[in-house]
Amino acid sequence: MINILFVFLLAFTGSALAAEASRPDSYNLGRSVDAAEISAWDIDVSPDGRGLPDGSGTVQQGEKIYLQKCASCHGEKGTGNRPFPALVGRFPDDAFPFGKDPSAVKTVGNYWPYATTLYDYVNRAMPFNDPGSLENNEVYALVAYILHKNEIVSSDTVLSAKNLAAISMPARHRFVPDNRHGGPEVR
Amino acid sequence: MAALKYVREYMSDKKLPVNATRRQFLAGMTAAGGMAASSWGVALPSTPVLEPTRIQGATSSALGTRSVHESLKRLPMYNIASLTPLESLHGTITPADLHFERHHGGVPQIDPANHELLIHGMVDKPLKFSLDDLKRFPSVTRICFLECSGNFNPRAGENSSPQMLCGMTSQSEWTGVALSTLFREVGVKPKASWFLAEGSDAAVMTRSIPMDKAWDDALIAYAQNGEAIRPEQGYPMRLVLPGWEGNTSIKWLRRLELSDAAFMTREETSKYTEPLKDGSVRMFSVVMDARSIITSPAYPKTLEKGWHEIRGIAWSGRGRIKMVEVSVDGGKHWQAARLQGPVLAKAHTRFSLPWKWNGQATEISSRATDETGYVQPTRRELINARGAGGQSYHLNPVTTWIVQADGQIIYKAEAWV
Repeated sequence: MINILFVFLLAFTGSALAAEASRPDSYNLGRSVDAAEISAWDIDVSPDGRGLPDGSGTVQQGEKIYLQKCASCHGEKGTGNRPFPALVGRFPDDAFPFGKDPSAVKTVGNYWPYATTLYDYVNRAMPFNDPGSLENNEVYALVAYILHKNEIVSSDTVLSAKNLAAISMPARHRFVPDNRHGGPEVR
Repeated sequence: MAALKYVREYMSDKKLPVNATRRQFLAGMTAAGGMAASSWGVALPSTPVLEPTRIQGATSSALGTRSVHESLKRLPMYNIASLTPLESLHGTITPADLHFERHHGGVPQIDPANHELLIHGMVDKPLKFSLDDLKRFPSVTRICFLECSGNFNPRAGENSSPQMLCGMTSQSEWTGVALSTLFREVGVKPKASWFLAEGSDAAVMTRSIPMDKAWDDALIAYAQNGEAIRPEQGYPMRLVLPGWEGNTSIKWLRRLELSDAAFMTREETSKYTEPLKDGSVRMFSVVMDARSIITSPAYPKTLEKGWHEIRGIAWSGRGRIKMVEVSVDGGKHWQAARLQGPVLAKAHTRFSLPWKWNGQATEISSRATDETGYVQPTRRELINARGAGGQSYHLNPVTTWIVQADGQIIYKAEAWV
């Protein structure tokens, strides 16, 4: 009898523990957020243009802002100043020497595959001494100016959410997914 | 009286610094005079005690420190990185204050009371989680390495130590909540295939991560080696992606956004990509290939003839280390080293091999093989596969130390051409 009771207790306890250990549909942790709270943090821009805000900027406006807020690190002509990277420069015929020549200098014009990345990064992290301080119009203007100096857009370009994602970057077609998958082959 | 006599002898020892002698004298007087135990206490002296058995030691303390005889230090590089002293460490866990650093906008000072993690995008219910919320979810603990994908210097000279060559890999026991647990909590929409991870540093650092990694082994960590994560490592919460290049494990994590495509952030397009000799650029090359390095004996050590234990670490981002081979004759012969268990997946694994140095100049190297059958390549094999241009990321060549006839060890530096 005692043994039977013991077994019964064990079974009962076991099932109770199992019930506790099973995963609930929700732990009901965290707090819900509304659209306004999300958009205050949701600053990223995707290659298809999702996330680009209202506003616009011209090459001329961009030049003024660039000389004021960017040139001290990246150089007046955008050629960089170590450790601050170069932004401007194309190789003749869009040659791409980087796989063979480690001294080749990467720029927005000769390497960056997406123009949207430039908006996203300048907006989130620049200028270095005052990150996140630029207005949308200023970011559009700076992107327009840097793309123009790289001979990717014309001097009369007015950049906005309407046309930024459609800009084709010279090195875009060179980017491929990782082909290393382990195993004996060195890639 | 015996104690007083000892103190007098101690004070007459001219080799001891004056301050230490005074401190020892006071401690000795207290003991000799039979004063209250509460006044016996002293802090751990900063200078050596010649006869530690003859004088009361330091009293207990609120926070431990390293022995004054140990001088472990990271090696800061510019202002954006610091390297782990691999040659000074044992076992496989890196003390948290020696874990390598790499940041893109400095180390932020974050009050956890004001910090939240937002998960939104292609989810059923966007939520913000506090640190306390995260700690209430079922916890997960695992050991894994984190390595910077730029953890190699092709221009290093012969006077380079393991720290200088390879100090951007470190290992911790991470504790946190499985990312899959959080994603189940918010409900993932079927179209979601990538998520953006974003930090709250001045770079607002971002990387796109495929959802598969979230369901596999991604972790939101809040603890490192048993305590809260260090500020340099992402306090109060960070992503930990075992086996993946370090920059994807976003620190100071504040936001995860689920989407149906990669976001193509600056880091994953213009920076952490590898141009190859055929004119293409490899992107999202996130897994760290297998690598090993002998950490002892190594530069700047000078070797004496006789028995030594060759020691080092091996690791692979693809799983477990299956074998480490060591050569002590310049690569002519290789023999299997002993692996210190447990051998964990995506974790530093300690290897060792006893070796009797006969006093003749030679070269010693190690070569790791992981469970996928990948064998750590030579510099030449890497250059043949990729070209010599990509000198920034994912370089894991066999490292060789030259043992000179006088015992001085130097790094076998070879140009990356």
